[in-house]
Amino acid sequence: MTDILISHNNIISSLGFTSESVVKNIHNEISGLQFIDDQAILPEPFYTSLVPTDKLQLAFNKLNPKKDYTRLEQMMITSLDKVIMSSKIDLNNRVGLIISTTKGNIDALDNDNPFPKERAYLSELGKQVKDFFGFKNDAIVVSNACVSGILAVAIAKRYIEQGVYDHVFITSGDVITEFILSGFNSFQALSNQPCKPYDKNRSGINIGEVAASVLVTNESRNLPAETVKILGEGSCNDANHISGPSRTGEGLLRSMASAFEQSGVLPNEIDYISAHGTATLFNDEMEAIAFNRMQLEQVPLNSLKGYFGHSLGASGLVETIVGMHSIKNNTLYKSLGFETLGVTKPINVIKQTTVKKLRTFLKTASGFGGCNTAVIFQINN
Amino acid sequence: MSNTDYYIKSYCSIKNQRVSLNGSILFKDESKSYIDFIKATYKNQNVKYPKFFKMDNLSKLAFLAADVLLKNEELNTESENNIAIVFSNSASSLDTDRKHQESIQNKESYYPSPAVFVYTLPNICIGEISIKYKLYSENSFFIFDNFNADHLFTYSNSLLSSNKADAILCGWVEFDKEDNYEAFLYLVSDKGNIKHTKQNITTLYNT
Repeated sequence: MTDILISHNNIISSLGFTSESVVKNIHNEISGLQFIDDQAILPEPFYTSLVPTDKLQLAFNKLNPKKDYTRLEQMMITSLDKVIMSSKIDLNNRVGLIISTTKGNIDALDNDNPFPKERAYLSELGKQVKDFFGFKNDAIVVSNACVSGILAVAIAKRYIEQGVYDHVFITSGDVITEFILSGFNSFQALSNQPCKPYDKNRSGINIGEVAASVLVTNESRNLPAETVKILGEGSCNDANHISGPSRTGEGLLRSMASAFEQSGVLPNEIDYISAHGTATLFNDEMEAIAFNRMQLEQVPLNSLKGYFGHSLGASGLVETIVGMHSIKNNTLYKSLGFETLGVTKPINVIKQTTVKKLRTFLKTASGFGGCNTAVIFQINN
Repeated sequence: MSNTDYYIKSYCSIKNQRVSLNGSILFKDESKSYIDFIKATYKNQNVKYPKFFKMDNLSKLAFLAADVLLKNEELNTESENNIAIVFSNSASSLDTDRKHQESIQNKESYYPSPAVFVYTLPNICIGEISIKYKLYSENSFFIFDNFNADHLFTYSNSLLSSNKADAILCGWVEFDKEDNYEAFLYLVSDKGNIKHTKQNITTLYNT
């Protein structure tokens, strides 16, 4: 069977507009999180990471847009353009497009937003991206809470395996809106400090803004050095609670078991876990339990939320891209914000950025609705 | 890859104040609003699941459609049922999104609530069904302009042929505004009388 690869990639974020510049900042332990105290957005102060607007506008205008696009569309199009250009792939009928987002253009519902409220329909977002580039196929929009970004990778692989497409471009993103902030704040989940995943002194989530794009392909030519094989995936439900993580990690465990079974890889072959780590007590605890049940407690692990915050529909994809660069650079990146273990089961959180030979990594995510996703990637050589 | 061995075992729809299963009407209620209709359906189908009343409009609709279909299957809930859930619609969770937006639109009357906000994701209804039927299985929510038989066909085949699931609870669950609701769910597996083809999916959806 042909390998299915995840290859060309881009990140648009507070830490840079290319994957390389973002990874360089992560290497230097620079966080993109910033403090915001603005009652017009949220009654309480909070930390977030934002895509710089002037830089975004500059990059987007270079693409000669013929009409107005929302902030999220600008982020996604700017990001996806770089991936399409570097892939040199002709957008014919064998090329698919997946959009991963939790809330899309939800800011269009705000009475003060200049765009019509219809722009909040997610298929509308799909159309804007499709038409900008002239994709032949309609966009497949995935909206499955916080696993959307990594689930999109699994879906792309499944479409290629079914013979529907040879190449699938994925773009993912969510913007920081009052809508999202007020909602998470109503759960009392937002932190007014930079987040500290898995740490004893954690104080909650930071929501961040990112767009990330990749190419998933069965083509073995013109691949960047960070290309990895997608070996196996699973996306299982907790069947437990619609907003609270499972106390047993059941859905995450089953997602990982499904990915392992398909990949033929054993847990002791995993060199690195790019985990979810939102820095809420229940999420971090659930992950620690699931990793122990899967016998992964000794595998070096990080959460990248200390660099970008939780970027919702983009988080799984942006973290996969950083994982690909970890493999290329043979480097385990520090789990920023972590000092003292704050979960009841042992896990091996990366305290210092370390050079180490890496071949295989596991990416996991979990979200509202009891959803979980796990995907196993391996170096392509 | 062979896609010829799968069948549509059963199907259910809730639209135009009617609930039907495998083409026969189980319940109809001409005169009432969606809210009244869905409550009447809950009663008529003897569901007895108090959590139902906390759900948003989309989850109530998806939950009842799934319940009608799965109850008919007489699943053995003592053992595990590896039934994946693959749902789609056009309006995502916009009905509840509008309610959350309303609660934050004016600073003078600012009342965001976690009980509303949690339903601002379309896949929450999948969580509700998974909880009721103890389905620890594959699940995903997709958004399309219109009912997309091609996509549902491809994705179901993928999950079945890779042994990720033994059956797929699949279809369209839409709630946009008061009169715009529609659920059409069907169960795909290696048993049944109707061949799992794009044409058959489309035909059943349109009847």
